[in-house]
Amino acid sequence: MFGTLTDKFSNALRSLSGKGKISETNVREAMEQVRQALLEADVHYEVVQSFTERVQTQALGTEVLQSVKPGQQMIKIVHDELIRLMASGGAPSGEDDEAAGDEPSIMYVSPGPTVIMMCGLQGSGKTTTCGKLAAYLKKRGKSVMLAAADLQRPAAVHQLNVLADQVSTEMTGGAQVHFYSEPDKVAEYGKAVGAAVTVCRNALAAAKDKKIDVLILDTAGRLHINDQLMDELRQVNSAVGPHQVFLVIDAMTGQDAVNSARAFNDQLELDGVIITKFDSDTRGGAALSVRSITGKPIKFIGTGEKLDALEEFHPERVASRILGMGDVVSLVEKAQEQVSEEEALALQEKMAKGKMTMDDFLNQLRMIRRMGSMKSLLGMLPGVGNMLKDVNLDEKQIDRTEAIIGSMTKVERANADLLDNSRRRRIARGSGTQQQDVSQLVKGFEMVSQMSKQMAGMGMLSKVKAMAGMSPADVAALGGGRGGNPFGGARPEQNKPKFKERKKKSR
Amino acid sequence: MGLFKSIFAKVKEGLAKTRQQFIGGLRTILSGKQLSPELLDQLHARLIQADVGVKASDELIKDLRAGWERGEITTGDQALGFLKDQLGRYWPDEDRRVHFAPPGSDGKKTPTVILVCGINGAGKTTSIAKIAKSMRDEGRSVMLAACDTFRAAAVEQLEIWSGRLGVEVIKGKQGGDPAAVAFDAAEAALSRGIDVLIVDTAGRLHTQDHLMRQLTKIKSVIAKKIPGAPHEVILVLDATTGQNALNQAKAFTEATQVTGIFLAKLDGTARGGIVVAIREALNIPVKFIGVGETPDDVEPFEPAKFVEAMFAE
Repeated sequence: MFGTLTDKFSNALRSLSGKGKISETNVREAMEQVRQALLEADVHYEVVQSFTERVQTQALGTEVLQSVKPGQQMIKIVHDELIRLMASGGAPSGEDDEAAGDEPSIMYVSPGPTVIMMCGLQGSGKTTTCGKLAAYLKKRGKSVMLAAADLQRPAAVHQLNVLADQVSTEMTGGAQVHFYSEPDKVAEYGKAVGAAVTVCRNALAAAKDKKIDVLILDTAGRLHINDQLMDELRQVNSAVGPHQVFLVIDAMTGQDAVNSARAFNDQLELDGVIITKFDSDTRGGAALSVRSITGKPIKFIGTGEKLDALEEFHPERVASRILGMGDVVSLVEKAQEQVSEEEALALQEKMAKGKMTMDDFLNQLRMIRRMGSMKSLLGMLPGVGNMLKDVNLDEKQIDRTEAIIGSMTKVERANADLLDNSRRRRIARGSGTQQQDVSQLVKGFEMVSQMSKQMAGMGMLSKVKAMAGMSPADVAALGGGRGGNPFGGARPEQNKPKFKERKKKSR
Repeated sequence: MGLFKSIFAKVKEGLAKTRQQFIGGLRTILSGKQLSPELLDQLHARLIQADVGVKASDELIKDLRAGWERGEITTGDQALGFLKDQLGRYWPDEDRRVHFAPPGSDGKKTPTVILVCGINGAGKTTSIAKIAKSMRDEGRSVMLAACDTFRAAAVEQLEIWSGRLGVEVIKGKQGGDPAAVAFDAAEAALSRGIDVLIVDTAGRLHTQDHLMRQLTKIKSVIAKKIPGAPHEVILVLDATTGQNALNQAKAFTEATQVTGIFLAKLDGTARGGIVVAIREALNIPVKFIGVGETPDDVEPFEPAKFVEAMFAE
């Protein structure tokens, strides 16, 4: 995400970062590029104007022109302003910053239930987000009730019901997930206006009755200019008095994002915003603008189709990512979510002794997969995001690797040294791959186990550095896919020189 | 298409005057004024705010500025006329027509297949209901294929529409292979002599390569069953989408050779200017626009009206 904005910024700022001394003209030229980049990223026109003006004023102040490293100084200003824009909506004073920075994503009331109302335009992702939010709460031990107040879109009630079941059976956490609906109230577009109020009121009573911690109301998508439907939302608001009202916005929205956000905010007094579909290649200008225009914080971002693909929003991390500084913190957090400490320690010990088996390798692959798509993970590593922009990471190749390991016997998995040519031939047949695919996997496995032995002694940071130091060709050797790469289609030959170039520049 | 209700009438009918609030009058900016550098800047800003994009806006304003410097365009009204003319030329008539299957050599009827794709939440299913209804109203027999086997309740959603419209729907199992459903539907359409088969697919982000390949597969399965099909590949775009729509159009075209755009949700305050950029970069025409939630809320795309709405007061 934010990939192209990162590139643009890098280009704009690179022209400055090499210079020992810069002139006012240099700053203005760079700012023009930054301005264009932001507009192309769908940041709202007005926000772009005020953003560039603020940065330019600061940059033209003595601090940049007279500093020893003007480029670095300039990057810092842009970075800080980006954070400010997303954290506090660009308020010039610092008062707002603190409040926004550490505000919890969801505020619970006691006694419950805490009522959350979701609203937004059609197709922004409300229903899916309701499911994700339920999963998020379940994991944190909160019992949830999902109430289907979208009586308008065909099968919306059914969709939420399916999601509630999925969260209940498939997602981790001990708390209960309930579903509330009144399917008899469903009607064609425009014919059920107002019925949602009753449904929400009844849902609240049911949630109180069952002593549910959090009640989530999934309302129908509506246009911010449809007075009748906006009025219905206001009625729900006053009938059940939700503790938090979240607006759901598609990350790919253009200039109009602020219009709808402003209208919803005017009518409902929003508490926060959830940005969806952040895993696309959108440059995410909507996220940048909405906070600034509405003054309401971005609480969560949706990053995939799976139910656990909901992340808390951290402005400073996203700002870093925009500037190509990577997001190691998110990566570590994701890893921690998936791997228990004991598991990690046990594996670490094995790795340190060079006793990693194919089974461990497979487990790790699966663990990584659970963390999200390869591309989104690698995108979090500093410097890698840029390198990856033209690369197609093929998740299917990981399937193939799984198939190959699955075709090995237990003995072979425990001891990869046994894998001679005849065994490799058999494994290739069994997994529907070529023998060279198997050989490549074995080679990659050997490399990883060797590297892990070396890395065992290092701290987290140096590990990341060691990984970043791997050339894409090394990465490519990791396992057996057609095209010789578990991450598929990553053309190592093409990326190698680019990567080296980057490394030189960053020094 | 038989549905020539004006977008303005529709908007007035369904939505309140609040819309007016948002639509700052470009005409009021331009009308009765002499063209000036400031006015050109304002116009540029307006294009950007309509999501036309930096590059396409720069081009348009550059041409306008050239005309102004040559003394050919001097007033605001002339400028507006110039823009309408310029943009109107982007979408010639023949580009906007729906392609139907030619009759087979043996005189037998071949179903026209319309494959519909787009990202999650763009409005595919509703748009399909609209296309289906307008085709049916023109006297064609219509069949739907529910190839979104992924999203919860997607098949049910299409079924409800098919029930309301009285058209048949071919479906598979939740989680099943969408290409298999497409195959079955193509076969059913052939054997039953259906005029138009509309294929619904799961919403997918254009960045998910494996899902894009699945779309290519669906397309080739259809082509294998019915030579020449699909006759139209329609990309449904949410009119509120910003510059990312360009990436979407690019990726979907690579996977399925998109033949036209259904610009959905144009009844909000968004202007859908991104189709200008898409036309410029990829030469994909707009074929339909969606202006509401009922199956009647569809219109053939008319550039003049679209441009007028983009600059409406």
